[in-house]
Amino acid sequence: MAQITVENLGKIYRVAARDPGIAGAFRGLFRRRYREIVALDHVSFSLEKGELLGFIGPNGAGKSTTIKILSGILRPTSGRCEVGGLVPWQSRIAHVARIGVVFGQRTQLWWDLPIAESFDLLRDIYRVDPKRYALTRDRLVDMLKIAGVLDTPMRQLSLGQRMRCEIAAALLHTPSILFLDEPTIGLDAVSKLALRDFVKELNRNEGVTVLLTTHDMHDIEALARRVIIIGNGRVLRDSSFESMRAEVLGERRLIVDYAGDDGAVAVDGASVRAQDGRTVEYAFDPAKVAAHTLIARVATAREVADIRVEDPKIEEVIARFYALHGAA
Amino acid sequence: MNALPYVAILRARFALMLQYRAAAFAGFVTQCWWGVIKIMVFAAFYAASPHQTMSLAQAITYTWLGQGLLGLLPWNADPEISEAVETGNVAYERLRPVDTHSLWLARAIAARAGTTVLRVVPMFVAAAMLLPAVGLAQWSWRLPPSTTAAALFAVSITLTLLLSAAFVVLLNIGVTALKTRRAANVAAVLVNPLSGMIVPLALMPAWSQTFLFWQPFAGLVDIPYRIYFANLTGASAFAGIAAQTLWIVLFIAIGRAWMNRVMSRVDMQGS
Repeated sequence: MAQITVENLGKIYRVAARDPGIAGAFRGLFRRRYREIVALDHVSFSLEKGELLGFIGPNGAGKSTTIKILSGILRPTSGRCEVGGLVPWQSRIAHVARIGVVFGQRTQLWWDLPIAESFDLLRDIYRVDPKRYALTRDRLVDMLKIAGVLDTPMRQLSLGQRMRCEIAAALLHTPSILFLDEPTIGLDAVSKLALRDFVKELNRNEGVTVLLTTHDMHDIEALARRVIIIGNGRVLRDSSFESMRAEVLGERRLIVDYAGDDGAVAVDGASVRAQDGRTVEYAFDPAKVAAHTLIARVATAREVADIRVEDPKIEEVIARFYALHGAA
Repeated sequence: MNALPYVAILRARFALMLQYRAAAFAGFVTQCWWGVIKIMVFAAFYAASPHQTMSLAQAITYTWLGQGLLGLLPWNADPEISEAVETGNVAYERLRPVDTHSLWLARAIAARAGTTVLRVVPMFVAAAMLLPAVGLAQWSWRLPPSTTAAALFAVSITLTLLLSAAFVVLLNIGVTALKTRRAANVAAVLVNPLSGMIVPLALMPAWSQTFLFWQPFAGLVDIPYRIYFANLTGASAFAGIAAQTLWIVLFIAIGRAWMNRVMSRVDMQGS
């Protein structure tokens, strides 16, 4: 049985609307108008234990709303959802004790407490057995390399340090599911890489189910085998990352650094996409012409310094996908 | 119910409150100043009409107690929760596997107790020990007249802490429901006059006494202080403690029902 089941989930926000100007504000005193915003529209999917699922979509697509409903802090307007056999917003306390949640733009640590004390407080709040807690904490501190900041109050940490502490905090009670809502937002490249490695390891070695939302396509590329693309509150696509890439962009790229400046760049079976000095980027369809055939053609025509085959950039894949479904 | 999480929160916040020494010192100086002014007003009032249900010496002790225990009054909602409401973060409180009402109650108890402990000790040293030492015993904070009074006061002031915290939680929920910290402004308007912090309730007109005694805010100041200097004794003291208990139970019951309603409606669009 699936660990997470979501069926026809709908969420409508009611937002107070006001006509412009003084007159509009005055009218609003007597008759308030509300506008309805559909954040989720019949969203369905399911997730097996130990899966790592990436949620992507533009701002306002409904990613965070989905995570908030799954973590039990929001009620949906319609639909059904079960996580490990519990309905999150109905059995809130039992449910949140089994999950870990990190919201990239929020903190669950105490602003003015040293990290170690925040951790101890979480141990008591989650009623974790002290012996088991000590083991988990030491392991997390080690893996996330936060031993040096344990005695520092959260407010004095850099964003990268803070995010690592947040992730540790979300895992102290060894949840079997981890929700990460834009965990890499604002992080530098090194911190991002470290975080991705950690999440991957956690998923692979400890079997923790991970549901991740992000704007950073590299997060998805590095982490998720399965991707849900969400736009305008609807699931546009639910499949493996590779199949999505293959479907939307059948083409591949051949990048050639020529040794000299002279000579034609045109190659039979590929089109020139871009040229920068001696570097030429070709696009080709691997179904029509094999990469090695193309490389042979290029190499016999002119002297070549370097040559490599690449997949299209993930941003391109996603952008084309949004365009295809009118979700941008 | 296992109380560990709530005790842990209470301990952590209490320890934190004890760090705010500068604020406590500033508060202490202000409260000494106000104490002196209030006592001068009482002296003038008693000189004009000396026959009251409370003696001048009692009114003076009442004033110093009030200045020392000012931190117990629920004037406002929890500032951090108000902040969370205004930024839309309040729903994140629901991520903890604990009962939100009890969590907020523990926070409020810690905040009230922490603020008070820091202020009541220097105030007691100044008004109960220094004043008599310099020959101003007439204007000083007196000790309870009997051990019975002292024991009943200990019970009553503990109930005051709970009553105040339960009311702070109501303010928190009000702030959450109306999505603005200004919802809690109503507190000062109710608490200041009805607790007896401005004018002791015993000095109010006789026809209002029954109402004043049984309304919830008497339990914050009037009841425990009068028990302290044995103005309320025996059956009246127990009636006072009963009134405090009654309102604590009611505030908590109302708070729990209201919390469930409000939290099911909390939306956090776009945040």
